[in-house]
Amino acid sequence: MATTATVPQDGLPATPESVVVRFAGDSGDGMQLTGGQFTLSTALAGNDLATFPDFPAEIRAPQGTLFGVSAFQINFGSREINTAGDAPDVLVAMNPAALKVNLAALKPGGLIIADTGEFSKRNLDKAKYDSNPIEDGSLAKWDVLAFDISAQTIEAVKPYGLGNKDALRCKNMWTLGLALWMFDRPREPLHDWLRLKFKTKPDIADANIAALDAGHAYGETAELSGPLKQVHVDPVPSEPGLYRTITGAEAVSLGLVAGAQLAELPMFFGGYPITPASAILHHLARLKEFDVTTFQAEDEIAAICAAIGASYAGSLGVTSSSGPGIALKGEAMGLAIMTELPLVIVNSQRGGPSTGLPTKTEQSDLYQAVYGRNGDAPMPVIAASSPGDAFECAIEACRIAVQYMTPVMLLTDGYIANAAEPWKVPDPDTFAPFPAQFLGQPNDGDNFLPYKRDEKGARPWVKPGTPGLMHRIGGIEKHELTGNIDYSPDNHQRMTDLRKAKIDGIAKELGPQGVTLGSEGGKLAVVGWGSTFGPIRRAVDNCRRKGMDVSHIHFRHIWPMPANTGELLRKYDNILVPEMNTGQFKTVLRDQFLVDATPLTKTSGQPFQIAELETAIAKYFDGVEGNEGGQVAVNDDQLPSPEGGAE
Amino acid sequence: MNAPVKIETTLKDWETDQEVRWCPGCGDYAILKAVQRTLPQLGADPANTVFISGIGCSSRFPYYVESYGFHTIHGRAPAFATGAKLANPDLDIWLVTGDGDGLSIGGNHLMHVLRRNVNMQIMLFNNEIYGLTKGQASPTSREGTKSPSTPIGSYDHPARPAAFALGAGARFVGRGFDVSKNLPDVLKAAHAHRGAAFIEIFQNCIVYNKDVFNDFAAPKGAEDQQLWLENGQPMLFAGGSKGITLDREELCLKVVDVTEGDWEGAGVIVHDVTNRSIAHMLVEMPFGPFPMALGVLYDDPRPTFEAAAMAEKAASSEGKEANLAKLLGKGQTWTVSGTAQDPV
Repeated sequence: MATTATVPQDGLPATPESVVVRFAGDSGDGMQLTGGQFTLSTALAGNDLATFPDFPAEIRAPQGTLFGVSAFQINFGSREINTAGDAPDVLVAMNPAALKVNLAALKPGGLIIADTGEFSKRNLDKAKYDSNPIEDGSLAKWDVLAFDISAQTIEAVKPYGLGNKDALRCKNMWTLGLALWMFDRPREPLHDWLRLKFKTKPDIADANIAALDAGHAYGETAELSGPLKQVHVDPVPSEPGLYRTITGAEAVSLGLVAGAQLAELPMFFGGYPITPASAILHHLARLKEFDVTTFQAEDEIAAICAAIGASYAGSLGVTSSSGPGIALKGEAMGLAIMTELPLVIVNSQRGGPSTGLPTKTEQSDLYQAVYGRNGDAPMPVIAASSPGDAFECAIEACRIAVQYMTPVMLLTDGYIANAAEPWKVPDPDTFAPFPAQFLGQPNDGDNFLPYKRDEKGARPWVKPGTPGLMHRIGGIEKHELTGNIDYSPDNHQRMTDLRKAKIDGIAKELGPQGVTLGSEGGKLAVVGWGSTFGPIRRAVDNCRRKGMDVSHIHFRHIWPMPANTGELLRKYDNILVPEMNTGQFKTVLRDQFLVDATPLTKTSGQPFQIAELETAIAKYFDGVEGNEGGQVAVNDDQLPSPEGGAE
Repeated sequence: MNAPVKIETTLKDWETDQEVRWCPGCGDYAILKAVQRTLPQLGADPANTVFISGIGCSSRFPYYVESYGFHTIHGRAPAFATGAKLANPDLDIWLVTGDGDGLSIGGNHLMHVLRRNVNMQIMLFNNEIYGLTKGQASPTSREGTKSPSTPIGSYDHPARPAAFALGAGARFVGRGFDVSKNLPDVLKAAHAHRGAAFIEIFQNCIVYNKDVFNDFAAPKGAEDQQLWLENGQPMLFAGGSKGITLDREELCLKVVDVTEGDWEGAGVIVHDVTNRSIAHMLVEMPFGPFPMALGVLYDDPRPTFEAAAMAEKAASSEGKEANLAKLLGKGQTWTVSGTAQDPV
């Protein structure tokens, strides 16, 4: 076999603690599928893991181009894994473009597996390579295993009579087979999965299985001849129980279903297609047996309005979108605030402004969530920190919406929505129910007062169809008790105060904000929210092991924040706030607590790397080169974008 | 869906204690009375009746009807109503909108509620002007309308509400005007129709667009310009002296004289409310050369959106258990016991 290989120098040890693998290919090469299945086999092997799918905004970008590269990165290990990994140990490059786009990220000494069958002159040209990198020595600092995966695949599936095009579509399974061999994984779960996936096309199933097996067999043979070696990652000791892998979009969907069940309400979900939020609509559309109604509306505005209409009629209204769609929903959120109806709004954030980066992640909708409506329009905001956490956050959003008669925004992002992690399946009985209360008779002697509040400041929920309680609601300012139109100055002052007090009051019943890792007080707190959880936790952990007095505080409740927040933050000499935006949470912290929160920002569409955060943290401590006394240089809040990228 | 229980009420039962805030003499008063007069005749239950509106003069309507009411945001009432109807298909929903609310900012939602065929009555008060924002030209204003925003006259082509509705797929199109004694009959026919029933109601804005409909809607003397359509009856107007016939060569409608009641001889068309082709001609019929087509122009029900949604929900739930614990543990899972990992 025509294999180009350099001899491994300082590659992976035989039993590494953790490994980062990136599968990269054309958007038509099935890399997301390969990654997803490799993730599953990793989970079944008992490793902890985190993934980062990174794909172009185009559905099928022209073949072989730099902007058409789709990648899937997985970090797995025998210890707790918090991020998808800074730099891959192994890069699988299915064509020259995939190599070019992803090479910069690869660790020195890392392994490149490349399909030479795709390194034609034409494809090299498309990837803007002047010469073939596999042959010109430019890859010398890495280990290279380059051979004709395309030809190997065609050979393997020959008995199944597939045309050349269909045969080549099995290439990703061939590659997966090789990866399974490399990491000492059983093939049977994949065989089962392929048979199920191609239930109606047994020939295709068999061809894919043959490709998978051939890739696996190639590994064994290649090992004998030298360049490739098998590595074994031990299972991570984890809490006993039932586990599955889950993406954020799945977790949000399941959490919403659980939330509606705990509220004892039917759920109405109004959505409009938008990346990366559509997955929630797709999941819920298949869960009708849980008394879920899904409605694909004519636009984002109709989606939220229909959800509010459903809440008005006694369902738990839910809508979901991403930045641009959330912007369109703003006016309707104001109406839900004014009419005090429960509603959950899920915002799967992506790079902005405008259409921005539809498939890339960012946390730049925080201002929009907290401040982005006309008038004084307070609304609770919750942020999920990981795919698994999104489940609990969705339940929490439903609870607050129902108990406080308010819209609630749940923030996730493109990273959380698409990334997968092992998830210990929770027992639904461990969540306290919060059944919705509908008013059935007058609430003030013989009178009915639609805006008379309970101890939480919430008005009663009255379903149309309830005899004797007919009333009118709307977006015009209303009398504090009767709900009749009332523009009078004193009434508007009181209603504005009441709406604010209701939302502020939520803080009282949230438990105190805790310290995620470290001590309550000290030299430095790294304060995060949302999907930066993983990298911050790992970076803080690493720095603490090096003796730095640094702690990690992570917020789920963005608005309102737990009552002890100001007090807690003031126990630290310094507060560093890493965010995938230009410093939005930093502003909120400064605004609410007058603390000197320092931003650390990144807006490259890629998650933080652990190393970036470690560098930023180290600047606060003595002994770092160029930083004697631990003084952080001024105007150092914007991280450069270290990743090479096609776009 | 349960068969609605008929409730005995009077006009008074449908009046709220709220002071009506329309301008004195506004056509909205007459429409409000017509609705409040119609509801008892329908046996409607105030507890089960919901008026949903957008923004504008017309959209204040819900505050004045003693039922459930939701005054929402500009143009979006059809979306709120769709959500409410899907959540509770038993609700009897009346949508109140205007020419600006329904055809300008909310044109998209109006189109979709009609094409989806959500069962509700949609009353579009057409006064050909923006009243609540002080008189700007609206999407139905005639060309040349002078207004604060069009000081030397508007130059965009007006939308025709009934034609829009039919084009969007409406299965019921009716027309009336504020002070017409026949308006309750049109409302009743709309209510009897299962599905989205669209009613264009010409409404006199006495402040910003006074008497623009007088040629056919003046309280007195305009009867000859009204073609009241009735299913199975010939299309006659002007006291039976004129009728509408089909010009078979030009494939269009034509006004003919009817002498001594011989409408058959004159070739006058007998109205068939289920004939969509005729309906298209009626909504496109220009006033001036023709009378104003009023009453029920089209009425041909087909299955409603909420019924289809419920059927789909039932079908996709069939044989499935709503077991949350099972749902959470779905897919490929593994069990951790001590340190050993077993795929399950």
